[in-house]
Amino acid sequence: MKLGRVIGRVVADRKHEAFEGTKLMLIQPLDSERKPSGDVLVGMDAVRAGEGDLIMYESSKEAGQCFSNWYHPGDVAIMGIIDHIEGEDAAKTGGA
Amino acid sequence: MILARVTANVVADTKIEDYKNLKIMMVQPIKPDGSDDGKMMLAVDNAQAGIGDTVIICDEGGSARMLMDTPNIMTIRTVIAGIVDEVTLDIND
Repeated sequence: MKLGRVIGRVVADRKHEAFEGTKLMLIQPLDSERKPSGDVLVGMDAVRAGEGDLIMYESSKEAGQCFSNWYHPGDVAIMGIIDHIEGEDAAKTGGA
Repeated sequence: MILARVTANVVADTKIEDYKNLKIMMVQPIKPDGSDDGKMMLAVDNAQAGIGDTVIICDEGGSARMLMDTPNIMTIRTVIAGIVDEVTLDIND
């Protein structure tokens, strides 16, 4: 599972039926200092995340499992909205 | 599996059902000598790890289900599988 920030939304009317009714968000992966690190991804939102939210996302088969208990084509999903981060690492970034 | 150092605890009240009462930690993969090696990840703690611990990380869904003993939870992939007491490096290539 990785750390990311929601930076936008994607609207697509014509898409695979498995994505029907699923909100698609733009995710910017972040490094431990909350700096962008890696390419922007399109992820399925399972927790009603909003733009600017610090989130945790999972990729690969596990992501789609939030939306169906059988195989699902989606491979990036937002699993949680992070309130804050505590510990040694937080000192570098003020915990946000 | 890989070696990693636990760097922080992640607090998130809004999570999917499967993650509701699981502890999520921030981990930094490391080389045997302890230096950083690759990108930071978030992992479900299944070994009561603490910040600063050296741990073993499993980053695959099937293994995660076995480790967590939750065969029907399919959304967990990265898990802290154990806490390392000692790493002995015999050959320093």
